[in-house]
Amino acid sequence: MAKITLDNLAHSYLKHPKSDDDWALKELNHDWVDGEAYALLGSSGCGKSTLLNIISGLLRPSRGRILFDGRDVTDAPTAERNIAQVFQFPVVYDTMSVGDNLAFPLKNRGADPKYIAERVNSIAAMIGMEDQLKRKARGLTADAKQKISLGRGMVREDVNALLFDEPLTVIDPHMKWELRTQLKQLHHDFGHTMIYVTHDQTEALTFADKVVVMFDGRVVQIGTPQELFERPAHTFVGFFIGSPGMNLFEAEVSGTTATVRGVTVPLGDSYAPVAGQVQIGVRPEFVRLHAGGEGLPARITRVEDVGRHKIVRLEVGGTTANAILDEGTPVPAGADRVSFDAEAINVYADEWRVAPGTAQGRAA
Amino acid sequence: MNKTVNQKAWFLVLPVLILVGFSAVIPLMTVVNYSVQDTFGNNVFFWAGLDWFRDMLESERMWNALGRQLVFSGIILAIEVPLGIFVALNMPKKGFWASFCLVLMSLPLLIPWNVVGTIWQIFGRVDIGLLGYTLAKLGVNYNYTQNVIDAWATVIVMDVWHWTSLVALLAYAGLQSIPDAYYQAAKIDQASRWKVFRFIELPKMAGVLMIAILLRFMDSFMIYTEPFVVTGGGPGNATTFLSIDLVKMALGQFDLGPAAAFSLMYFLVILLISWVFYTVMTNLDKRDGV
Repeated sequence: MAKITLDNLAHSYLKHPKSDDDWALKELNHDWVDGEAYALLGSSGCGKSTLLNIISGLLRPSRGRILFDGRDVTDAPTAERNIAQVFQFPVVYDTMSVGDNLAFPLKNRGADPKYIAERVNSIAAMIGMEDQLKRKARGLTADAKQKISLGRGMVREDVNALLFDEPLTVIDPHMKWELRTQLKQLHHDFGHTMIYVTHDQTEALTFADKVVVMFDGRVVQIGTPQELFERPAHTFVGFFIGSPGMNLFEAEVSGTTATVRGVTVPLGDSYAPVAGQVQIGVRPEFVRLHAGGEGLPARITRVEDVGRHKIVRLEVGGTTANAILDEGTPVPAGADRVSFDAEAINVYADEWRVAPGTAQGRAA
Repeated sequence: MNKTVNQKAWFLVLPVLILVGFSAVIPLMTVVNYSVQDTFGNNVFFWAGLDWFRDMLESERMWNALGRQLVFSGIILAIEVPLGIFVALNMPKKGFWASFCLVLMSLPLLIPWNVVGTIWQIFGRVDIGLLGYTLAKLGVNYNYTQNVIDAWATVIVMDVWHWTSLVALLAYAGLQSIPDAYYQAAKIDQASRWKVFRFIELPKMAGVLMIAILLRFMDSFMIYTEPFVVTGGGPGNATTFLSIDLVKMALGQFDLGPAAAFSLMYFLVILLISWVFYTVMTNLDKRDGV
């Protein structure tokens, strides 16, 4: 187990990257703390897998260094890094039995046969395939194969880190939940550093201690699920996490108030003058609906009852917005105004969050 | 569901039946016809029953040719299949050189059989051939027209030169279809190069390799033109394979009856082997398809 440090890391798949867009992974500095479970969250093509492959050594970064416990491993081959990785699509050795598949990484490292048998049995129990150890892997269903891949990733106990590249994509929903719980349990029991790539926010938020949100080759925020919810550092985080995502309104901000389409909205903090394209963001959970009174004029377009709560679709000054009401709360009759909880409003300049009281800049 | 019965639909199949009849069935039946009759010329035929078949089965000449044929096909497969796989493994995966290699590899496949034979016939000649002349200058006693070993070596090297590409191209196609994740996983599992070959590449190539082996077996089993042009079946009968022997018998000696019986048995052997291959291949597919 090790602390993994990314030092000025950047990667481009082109030989001579010119513009910013040519970089699949933009410059990045980060420490992956030993023993934590991380989720790497982002939409497809945002550089998640690239980052993962750089950590495991399948890809050499174009720039920067990668260190394990302070030791530079940028040029070290995968084998030397002692990492386990599970891929999006199942990789099994067809001609081997299920048991041999699980034992393969240990056998290749010359482990003691008794120890191998022991590990294979416990992993098989974990993925629920004890009774199929003798069976050939060929012809198993995709999710059975993926369970084998997962098992092969976890069979070694001494790995520096466990990397998962969207491993549950091909697995049935009920099994997904179970495997994720088992992964968490495994993390709890052995304290491996785990990095879990996904584009599913539920998966990320339930699995990880810290979620790393990536957007367009850049890490936009690293934080606990709560931080991501309350203080999204980038409008993408606000929009991507939460269901529905954060509402954004063009605004002018000065001091403790924002002005949206001529209406004054009180803010929870005082802000220094903000330049650039300024927006305020507020999560649907903190949007209040009422008839008349203060607030922005709004029109209800639709109400969706999703069981635990109601999602109210709104039109606010030409843009769409959402509000969430608790299941018990009725939609106020004749509601035509929305107001926001002042404490829950975040201010953004050119997509990035502005910290209260400071001049324009990226949030800490 | 109610199916409409319409016997007229048979007429739609008729053109194919006629075509196949004229191109395959009737010629084959002519051969069958010859195989059970004897003639003393003048287009007068006598019923001979299964005599020719009995004769041929007892004929040392045919068994020798069959033996030579099996040895030849065996050697061809033993060289071309591993060599083809080896070449495929070492070909570039992408980029300019991948295309370059592909074109280079396909070149021998595009040359007509008798041209290949002529090329090697000249190439191996001691007086003017590059190979034969060079070997002679180096003091190697090489002469494919007189020495049995030299004749065999020439015919085998020629076939390897002509057809290894086919195996290599098929194996290459099989290799290209392996997703990168397999190699990455193997790296992470710390599998050795041999294990990558044994547990990833070979199983994934198995399907195309079966086809390659089948094609190479059938082709080498029926080989005629190239050895005929180079050695003419000699020295003596050393490189007289089944087809060459058959042509000698049918056209050289005009023994139509025995030749017909011979070719029918030849045909049955090929059919049998194809059937075995087909069965094995479909069983492999079944295991894959679950």
